[in-house]
Amino acid sequence: MSTVYRLRTNTGAVFALSIIVLLIAVALAGPWFNPNNIESLDWAHVAAYPSLTGAHWFGTDRLGRDLYARTLEGMRVSLAVACVASAISLSVGIAYGAVAGYAGGRWDHLMMRFIEVLSGLPLIFFVIFLTVIFGRSQYLLFLAIGAIGWLTMARIVRGQTLSIRQREFIEAAVASGASTGRIILKHVVPNLLGPVIVYATLTIPQIILFESFLSFLGLGIQEPHASLGTLIAEGAGEMEAAPWMLLVPGGVLATLLVCLNIVGDGLRDAIVGRESAAT
Amino acid sequence: MVRYFIKRLAGAVPTLLIIVTAAFFLIRAAPGGPFDQEQTLPAEIVANLQAAYGLDLPIWAQYGRYLRALAHGDFGPSFKYRDFTVTELIGQGFPVTLRIGAIALILALGLGLPLGTYAALHHHAAADHAAMSLAVVGIAVPSFVVLPFLGLVFGIYLHWLPVAGWEPGSIRHLVLPVIALCLPPLSIIARMTRGSMLEVLRSQYIRTAFAKGLPLRIVILRHALRPALLPVAGYLAPAVASIMTGSLVVESIAGLPGIGRYLVQGALNRDYTLVMGMVIIYSALLIAMGLVVDMLYAWLDPRIRFGR
Amino acid sequence: MTPALDIENLSVHFAHQHGAIAAVREASLTVRPAECVGIVGESGSGKTQTFMAVMGLLSAGARAAGSVRFEGREILGLRASELNRVRGSKLTMIFQDPMTSLTPHLKIGIQLAEVLVSHSRMSWREAETAALRALERVRVPEARRRLRQYPHELSGGMRQRVMIAMSLLCEPKLLIADEPTTALDVTVQAEIMDILRVMRQESRMAIVLISHDLGLVAGLADRIVVMYGGRVVESAGAADILERAVHPYTAELLKCVPDLRRPRLERMPSLAGQAPSASSAEVGCAFAPRCPLAGERCLSERPLLRHIGGAAHQAACHYPL
Repeated sequence: MSTVYRLRTNTGAVFALSIIVLLIAVALAGPWFNPNNIESLDWAHVAAYPSLTGAHWFGTDRLGRDLYARTLEGMRVSLAVACVASAISLSVGIAYGAVAGYAGGRWDHLMMRFIEVLSGLPLIFFVIFLTVIFGRSQYLLFLAIGAIGWLTMARIVRGQTLSIRQREFIEAAVASGASTGRIILKHVVPNLLGPVIVYATLTIPQIILFESFLSFLGLGIQEPHASLGTLIAEGAGEMEAAPWMLLVPGGVLATLLVCLNIVGDGLRDAIVGRESAAT
Repeated sequence: MVRYFIKRLAGAVPTLLIIVTAAFFLIRAAPGGPFDQEQTLPAEIVANLQAAYGLDLPIWAQYGRYLRALAHGDFGPSFKYRDFTVTELIGQGFPVTLRIGAIALILALGLGLPLGTYAALHHHAAADHAAMSLAVVGIAVPSFVVLPFLGLVFGIYLHWLPVAGWEPGSIRHLVLPVIALCLPPLSIIARMTRGSMLEVLRSQYIRTAFAKGLPLRIVILRHALRPALLPVAGYLAPAVASIMTGSLVVESIAGLPGIGRYLVQGALNRDYTLVMGMVIIYSALLIAMGLVVDMLYAWLDPRIRFGR
Repeated sequence: MTPALDIENLSVHFAHQHGAIAAVREASLTVRPAECVGIVGESGSGKTQTFMAVMGLLSAGARAAGSVRFEGREILGLRASELNRVRGSKLTMIFQDPMTSLTPHLKIGIQLAEVLVSHSRMSWREAETAALRALERVRVPEARRRLRQYPHELSGGMRQRVMIAMSLLCEPKLLIADEPTTALDVTVQAEIMDILRVMRQESRMAIVLISHDLGLVAGLADRIVVMYGGRVVESAGAADILERAVHPYTAELLKCVPDLRRPRLERMPSLAGQAPSASSAEVGCAFAPRCPLAGERCLSERPLLRHIGGAAHQAACHYPL
């Protein structure tokens, strides 16, 4: 499949992808290499410099908590939130879009108007608004973050569904008596794969970004858990005295996001290339 | 042109009204009241406070009062900063936010457009690759990572610029926040301009322009730039939204007294009127930007003005 | 007498991931002052790319080799700033599709006047007056009103007249017209050709008329050059080509020109096969696969351009007619 070929030859994307895999591997397996856990307070080494030979590879924070462990935990939390929220937004978006596209007519029109209105508003204000009303609940957080990606996804899926619906093989399927659900599952969904992957690559970094943003402001993940956003917020406060508290989680987040963007670009180039070559 | 503008303006007002109404009723529907976070107060005092803030009236009456007050520019009192009304806070904070936001937007356009054009003209050369790589970083890395990092390098290590804080009329305090704020839209504009400029340069009419013996400068500025700007014009409204979102974090980190910081504080303190006021201001700004963009589109492409 | 244009062994290659594509292979031709030369060939024959190379308008990734002299001065490979001294003023070109060849967001008046402002030291006002006169010269009605209009407000024929006016503003020595009527209606075609004819009479300028339509070219050209597969295959005076064509390809082309005087035919004659692709390697004569007269030698040995039947008549064929 030439898509894979195009992706493989994109050295930048391959490199970025390997870094992402590395980071994830470290996040998951890291604790095995380091005895410290995120909650133990090491009073002997408060705000200590990072030292690869000493007890704390990335140093410690104000309370003596090991930064290496906390950063890995932060990564795990951020990635977990990203996965769950992505899953939510993808499913909601795909479902919404598929229904709108397949139903057509007035329903479609109504559903799309709804999306248009929502797209105009930057989500952050809406979320802040909701936080004021409902307080800082974790469920709200997931909901809000999940709400990020589904709009674009719904639009794309609806567009694809509309065009697929009119193609002959759908008529054939209907004529042969297949049920609507079966049609959607067996015919519509496989054709959506391409654009869905493309937009998934766009939304995942957006979601990670959004979650970090909220956590940074104090509206996201709460104590005692920490995501990369909260760690960066702490680090920013301690910048003068203990810069590593900012640099480590900040560097990790920056690297993760940059690599995700590069992979996303590469994936999009590879897939779009296939489509334009086919036409 | 003028008729088009009035038509668009008429469409914008209902949108704003919907936002205000939705905000109002959502807040009233929320569990708990604004005073719940204080230590539990005796019932009569709560009743007095509620009366003072007009919270004991039926909800339609409250809505009416709010709308009337809004028409006079009165957003109500802040529930937390008792000595100030929201209007006063907005009045204090808005100029600050507007200043850094506007400078950031101007920088993003003023640097992004030439950068993108240069990259397009030197397609595939080292300069192009370098610029686009930097652009990816600019887009991906969030401002709340960039700003502290900048502060670390330029403030703490090099001592060139202050890390945070603000003095009225000071420019030095604005430098780092503005840079952090303008980087993402700048990168996006550069990438976009490069892409659309490359497209435009492939057009037949650009070939005609070169065949006429016009110097490169004129071909770019007079013939290629306006059509290449079309996608960038479409990005203006999201750019403003991005800058507004960024200002929340940038003002909080740098300690700038703008409405972004007030909004965040308001959210953390559950200060209803403050948050509502801020949301309304931001929405109005966005809608206004949408109008400006539509006007810009019509100017850039005469075919739109004549009605498709 | 210095020729207006002298092309010698021009080759144009495009770099491609699977190797180079040769659009033009060692083409040579000359245009004398005030002469009209018609360049005839199918798409892919290299006729357009030859003159893109002359005008310095090749797309990025294209390489030109050989020599192109305009009024005795070598212009191939010149920097844009140098080339612009003659390009657009003394050496001009008009293109096939007037719909897309004019800048959509600029008024006609500006697009005309800027040529004069750039090349001579005229002010904008003087240039606009000259533009008005140029439009009247090419018989655009209501010229003053047209100056204030945008390209999309004009019809195709009128746009092409504007293009012609634009190319004549600085009194060029050579005008290259690349398929100027292909995108237009037949009636408009005739008008445009008429204008070219009149302009040529009035101003003693040389014209290169590129077309796939031999009949069209015959109406205006003094000499005709036939191109195939990136090479010149025949070159002679217009009358000679029409009556005494020597190359089999030219003969086939002539058969394809619809002629109202001839008896009605059951089927329109057409050439069998397809033009060679520019990326295929050249073995022997490029036309051999489609040539009714092809022999063994044609498939292995490429025929060179040589004089046949007259000093002014050249053809590249092993078995000329």
